[in-house]
Amino acid sequence: MTSSLRWRKFVSGFMLTMTGVCAVVAVSVLFLILGYLVYHGGTSIGWNFFTKLPAPVGETGGGMANAILGSAKLLMLASLFGVPIGFFGAIYLAEFSGGTIAFVVRYAADLLNGVPSIVIGIFAYSLVVLPFKHFSTLAGGFALGLMMIPITLRSTEEFLRAVPGALREGAMALGASKSRMIATVIVPAAYRGILTAILLAFARVAGETAPLLFTAFGNRFWSPGWNQPTASLPVMIFTYAIAPYEDWHRQAWAAGLVLLGLILVVNIVARGILARGIAVPRS
Amino acid sequence: MATTTTTVPSAGPVVGSRSFLSRLREGDEIARLITFLFAASVVLVTLLLVFELWQGSVLARHKFGLNFFFTRVWDPIFDQFGALPFIYGTVLTSAVALAIAVPLGIGAAIFLAELAPQKISDTLQFFIDLLAAVPSVIYGLLGVFIVIPLMRQYIQPALKSTLGFLPLFQGPAYGVGFLTAGIVLAIMVIPYIISVSREVLLSVPRDQREAALALGATRWESTWKVVVPFARNGIMGSIFLALARALGETMAVTMVIGNTPTISASLFSPGYSIAAVIANEFTEATGDLYLQALIELGLVLFLLTFILNGLARLMIVATSQKGGGMGHA
Repeated sequence: MTSSLRWRKFVSGFMLTMTGVCAVVAVSVLFLILGYLVYHGGTSIGWNFFTKLPAPVGETGGGMANAILGSAKLLMLASLFGVPIGFFGAIYLAEFSGGTIAFVVRYAADLLNGVPSIVIGIFAYSLVVLPFKHFSTLAGGFALGLMMIPITLRSTEEFLRAVPGALREGAMALGASKSRMIATVIVPAAYRGILTAILLAFARVAGETAPLLFTAFGNRFWSPGWNQPTASLPVMIFTYAIAPYEDWHRQAWAAGLVLLGLILVVNIVARGILARGIAVPRS
Repeated sequence: MATTTTTVPSAGPVVGSRSFLSRLREGDEIARLITFLFAASVVLVTLLLVFELWQGSVLARHKFGLNFFFTRVWDPIFDQFGALPFIYGTVLTSAVALAIAVPLGIGAAIFLAELAPQKISDTLQFFIDLLAAVPSVIYGLLGVFIVIPLMRQYIQPALKSTLGFLPLFQGPAYGVGFLTAGIVLAIMVIPYIISVSREVLLSVPRDQREAALALGATRWESTWKVVVPFARNGIMGSIFLALARALGETMAVTMVIGNTPTISASLFSPGYSIAAVIANEFTEATGDLYLQALIELGLVLFLLTFILNGLARLMIVATSQKGGGMGHA
């Protein structure tokens, strides 16, 4: 073996090892995050965290019951608004539309998907908060729903398109109308993928903070109805983490653990649903 | 992400041969109309977003014009608004983030696509996907309580004593600042670079690798001199995607950058970013011009990410088409 070849082999082995190190470093971040959250948050989670209102400023104790309910309400609104638009829009794209309209819709969805979340917040503020003249659950739900649309739409369309042509032809040959074929054959065939898409969109907006800052705002008390400012877990984490109180920091960690736990569980469930399904292309 | 979808042979002629009335009776036309309305609302809402940003910043745009981008005074009391410190902060933190994230991300992607056995690659990719799902406020939380103390006590003093002769690494170690924000951003965008680059690398045809190996190249040489150049556009695309994320990232940056509008060559200095100033001041903005200046910042952010995302998509699609779209196994 010449020395130059030996050198080249050494370089090859060294660089390939380095790529492995990069991969390990990148993945270990996940476990570091989880570790820190469990370590700091685990001790602060108790019954109170889920059942009590935040304590008055300066007092210790209390919980985030209102933020948990607030997040649930916001996410429900967001899903009610974002999922139908994404789902039916995708059906139009995959089943009914011609080239030009489909291109425009897809383009708009991709554009919307790339908009920074803080800008979505500005938009929801000018569209919902300004006319109603106050921060509300409604505005926050609208902002989050907006972010769910492109994710739901694009993935659902892909899963619909991945349904084998033979199934369509079979349904048509039996004399089904197109709408009947979509409702009874295509959508059921793609439902695992569609469910995954919706769950991933849900998980994505569940942790969004920036669009809520000036739409749902925040609230240290219960927020009755839909037209009042409301607390939410992500915004609570933000305000508690940058506040100067030791006890708030503790609760911020606890809220972080709850939020990340929820998001990771939804993600894993979503991917599990897809993995058990028939062979559909991953997007 | 690169998307190649299988086109389904349309059953066009069958539908076309039915009369409009029969299609109406069977609900097809109604279904088409209803789903069309949903699809159209996506376009509508996107147009409305652009319109609101444009319309909402009209006063500020007329008053300051291009000077908005080149003045550094941000004084709500005297209605003077210059965005330079925020633009500087956004650009600098994103640059730091890319400087760290690009080598790490591409390295990891090469490992996942070229080296790791399928099973390990898929498992690691699964963790990377989960990492991409971690919300930014969680990164901010860890930034505040883990990264900032670490920076202040260990990393910044160490940098100062070794590389302190560079203006980049001078000044007091506050913990918060451009460098900290850049590092947190880097951690956040690495998953995007890895996922997209891995897919692009996987779409490089097998014979490219085999040809290089057959010519006597080592494994690294075939990867670095053949496979990576083949996928260059797609990898650039993944970097643009990451850059767009970094520019628009709000919460994590707001929590660690220090929120002081300064322009300083030192990475240790506290700073501010476009997204952070919107997040902090929007609800407190009294007066139309103040609010409009913030909305104009939002417009700037929107345009930047719009351009970057568009370029990224073009480049990624171009590469996967070159490779025959084989990455979608």
